Formats: sequence, C-alpha cells, structure tokens
Amino acid sequence: MVEFPPPVRRITPNGSPNVVDPADRQGMPEPIARATRPSYGPERLRIDGVSIHYAGTERPAVNAVTLPVRQGEVLALIGPSGCGKTTLLRSLNRLVELTPGASRQGRILLDGEDVDHLEITRLRRRVSMIFQQPNPFPMSIFDNVAYAIREQAMRRPGKAALMPRVETALRRAGLWDEVADDLGRPALRLSGGQQQRLCIARALAVEPDVLLMDEPCSALDPISTGVVEELIHELRENLAIVIVTHNLAQARRVGDHVAFMYLGDLVEYAPTEELFTRPRADRTREYVQGSFG
Amino acid sequence: MSTAPTTGGPRATPPGRRQRLLGELRLWRPLDLLGVVAAWTVGALLLLVAASLLLYMGIKGLQYVSLDLLITRPQPGADQSETGGILDPILGTLMIIAIATAIALPLAVGAALWIVEYSRPRWLARVVESGIEVIAGAPSIAIAIFGLAIFQLPIFSWASFSAADGGGVFGRSFIAAGSVMSLIALPSIFATTREALQSVPRHVREASYGLGKTKWATIRRVLLPTVKPDIATGTALGMGRIAGDTAIIVLLLGATLQLQAGSGIPGVGTLQGTGSTLTSYVYNNSPTGEGNAPEKAYAAAFVLMLLIIGLNLLVAGIGRRRAGTDLPR
Repeated sequence: MVEFPPPVRRITPNGSPNVVDPADRQGMPEPIARATRPSYGPERLRIDGVSIHYAGTERPAVNAVTLPVRQGEVLALIGPSGCGKTTLLRSLNRLVELTPGASRQGRILLDGEDVDHLEITRLRRRVSMIFQQPNPFPMSIFDNVAYAIREQAMRRPGKAALMPRVETALRRAGLWDEVADDLGRPALRLSGGQQQRLCIARALAVEPDVLLMDEPCSALDPISTGVVEELIHELRENLAIVIVTHNLAQARRVGDHVAFMYLGDLVEYAPTEELFTRPRADRTREYVQGSFG
Repeated sequence: MSTAPTTGGPRATPPGRRQRLLGELRLWRPLDLLGVVAAWTVGALLLLVAASLLLYMGIKGLQYVSLDLLITRPQPGADQSETGGILDPILGTLMIIAIATAIALPLAVGAALWIVEYSRPRWLARVVESGIEVIAGAPSIAIAIFGLAIFQLPIFSWASFSAADGGGVFGRSFIAAGSVMSLIALPSIFATTREALQSVPRHVREASYGLGKTKWATIRRVLLPTVKPDIATGTALGMGRIAGDTAIIVLLLGATLQLQAGSGIPGVGTLQGTGSTLTSYVYNNSPTGEGNAPEKAYAAAFVLMLLIIGLNLLVAGIGRRRAGTDLPR
C-alpha cells in the first residue's frame, strides 16, 4: 500500500492548523449510529473501506471510504472537484470498471451481498444511475423507457404489453402528463429538464433498489432543478438514493445525510443539518461556508 | 462613417441587404477581400465544371438514349444498327453492386464495431485498421490483378468455369468480380461507420450499461440505430465507387458483351459466368476503345450517371429516416 500524506498539508498551503486528523477519520463510522432515525428503513447498500485507483496516478481517487446507504434516505456526497465523489458513485454499480486502468479495493454490499458476486447486468438493474448530462437514447420517448425494461429474451414483448410499465415509470418521474399525447416523439426533442426526467423514468423502469445520481441538475435551469429535487423527495420513500452534487444548497435541500469528501478521503459524514450547522472538522466548515471549493 | 451599432438601434430607412453587404465589405482588409473573391471564384469554377459535365452528359445522353436501347441485349455486329442495346451491362452493374455491397456492408460494419467497441487484441485491431487504409489507397487495377491471381487458384474452381480438359481455372465471374469489388466499397463504409461510432458520446453507452444492458444489446439497440444514417452514407459512397470502377470489371468479370453463364445451373450459373457493366461497356464503345460507337457510350454513361444519382438518393432516403421513431424491435 502506498503511503499517502495526510490531507492536511494539501488542504491548507497557508499552514492554518485546521486538520482532519487521521485518527479522527478512524472514528468516522461513529456518527452513523447517532444519525440513525427510526424513519429510515434498513441499510440497503454498504460501502466498506472502498479505495479506487486509476492507473498512472499515485494518489487514489477514493481512499478507504466507509458509508451506509439506507432505504428511504438520500445520501448527498459533496466536496470540491476531483475529490472522488463521482468516482465513488460510479463504483457502486461497477460502472467505474468501464474506465481503463481503474481498480477498486474494499467491498460494496447490496443487501449484505458483495456486488462483485452479483451478475453485473443484474447489479446495474438493482442499482441504476442518472448522469450529469441528460443522456436519452436517440429513440422515441416510449422506446427510451421500453429499452430499459426489455430483457434479452428470445421473444420480445410488444408495445401493448410494455405500456403499463412505461406509463408507471413516466408517472413516477413526473413526466407522463407532459408527454402522454405523443410517446413516439424523439426523446432528443424534449427540453433539458424533460430529458433528465425521462432518464429518471428510464432508471426507475428497471425498478431499482438504489438510485445513483451524478449531479443530476447541473445541466438544468432553476425551474427544472426544482422539479427534479421535488421528485427526489418523493422517490426516497421507496428507494435509497445517493446523489453527488456540487451545489451545497441542493445537498442541504435534498440530503438526509451528507458526506463531505476531500482529495479522496471521507472527511465527515453526518445528518444534513448537523453537517451544515455544526461541522466537526474544520475542513468541512470551511467548505460549507464557502471558504474554498 | 456611422458610429451607430450595426445591430439594434432603430433607423429611419433600413438599408437593403445588398447595400449593407457592400458597406460591410468596405470595412474589410484588402487581403481578406482578395481571399473571399478567390474562394468564390474557385467555388464557382468547380461548380461550373460539375454543371457542364452533367449538362453535356445529359444532352448527349438524352440524344441517344431510348427505351429500346435499355431493354435490348447487346449483339456483336459490324454496323451500329446491329449491335443492340445495353440491357446486359445494366443488369451486370446492378448485380455487381448487389454482390459487392452484400459482402462489404457486414464486413465493414462488423470491423468498425470491433475496432471501436472492443479493439482487443490491440495489435490485431491496429493491423486491421491499417490494412483497410492500404486497401483504400490501392489502385483498383492492382487489387484486380491480385484478385485474378486468387480466383485462378484451383480451390476457387467453383467460382468460375474451368477449361474443359481439366486445365486452368478461368477466374473471371460475377462471384470473383463481386468479391474483389467489395474491397472497393469496404473502406468508405468502414470509415464512416467508425467515425460515427467514435462520435457517439461516452455517456450514451454508459446510460445503456447503467441500465444493466450487455455490450451486445447496447450495440444492437442503441449504437447501430444511432449510426444508421452514417452507415447509409458510407454505403452510398461505396456503391458509387463500385458502379464507377472499370479495372476490376475488365480483369475479373471478363467484360463480355453479354451475360454468359458459367454453368448450366440456373441463377448460380450466371454468377459463375461473365458479363459486363456500364463502365466496361462505355470503355469498349468509346472512340478510344475497340467498338468506336460514341453514341452508345454516351447513352450508357448517361444511364450510369442516373443510376448512381438514383442509388445515392435511395440510400440517403433510407438513412435519413429518423433513427428515433423506427427503432427495430
């Protein structure tokens, strides 16, 4: 294992003594217990000492992160650019494996089962993902959702058979009323906000247990952002949601728990209000107060 | 000179477009002005060349072409009134295009998919890629003579006919010419497909993988429909090159006046046999060729031109059908 300098020096080149002591990080899982509220469901996803390296870089993109993701809660990952939050998110459904040279240590447990032991296509249907850039396929609205549902079966189900599930998914994503009159329209003709909600519908159509969102609103205007955030509020009843965001206000609005990452390290994990009002680490306080980032 | 902003501000009388353009041109630097004039001149000249070619061929062609010419078979004869029409070359052209495209299209699209989506083993991918580039750059006469050497091998005796006494394999047939001709179309289909695949953003693939789709499902249901218009463009280009090639026809199809079956089996016999295309017909009938029947050469060239334009329109039409709404199920 490569020895990494503690993040302290890199964080504050001016030498101010705000420090996340490695010993402090050691005790990180502790606040988890404190944060557990009865309204949360059981733990669905457990990130257990996950480190991710990219070939050719000395420092790991993610360094020994441990986090729980519970049913019915939104976990917001925040931190400055390059802190590894997106990499961590992409590792949860093993999408990070598509990047050449990426390797992961540590375990990710989905309902207690190691994701490495699950078939990858099955894993990605249970843990589905929304991307930063709305990325509908160049097909019709209907086909975008239907494509997600269709299994690789010999006999492909017809349009009529798929319609109820497509409608359910579009309704859950709050898009049905806007597109119901013409589902044959090309998805790329929709507005950016509608496209993103179509992507959410597509991800919901596979009936996932966990929804991963990688800055889902960064390409959207404020109104669309509001719609998507509202949606996140509604969806978390039935799903565990992990959202990566650059937008602190958004993390505060949608997150139940917030994890602050810096240079690959998990600096602090706490219930949202606690992290924003009474951060324990100085680094976190500086970040949430906008001193750097 | 007015200092008012060129956009916005209301004016009493808005100047005409022409005046505005001239006013703008006066602000340009002389060298830029010269560049614009030069660019327009060159563009107009090229357009003039293309237009006069089409016009000349059109006038000449319409002068000599007739329905009779299109539907009668060519005959040997000493006088032009006896030599018949161009039915066989038309059929030959269409057959060669069909055979060569049928071979080239799956090969080229498959190769492009493999190069872009898999690319393993890497060294082999590099070899294939540069191999296709070499084919693209090779003169078709060189490809033709190589093809002839191949198809004269005894193991290809089924592809053409052999001398009755068990002698050498003739090596010239629709199968031989079509197969070798596929190499002419392959690079353009490959290149357009590869470029289109490379331009599909990574996040589109990730969206599909993120839904738990396999690589093959992603290729079949997302990538291929996305790049379909580009495949069509490449195919249209390739078909044009096939229809326009003469060297391979002369060497590998025999360039015989009529379709001549290579064996008695119906259908297959024709494929094993020789024939001609419009290009070889034009060559043989042009003043420099053996026939010296420029009227028929013009008519055939005109038909060839129409054929290529028609094919382009057809394929472009297929490709332009939006990938959005008619995704294969």
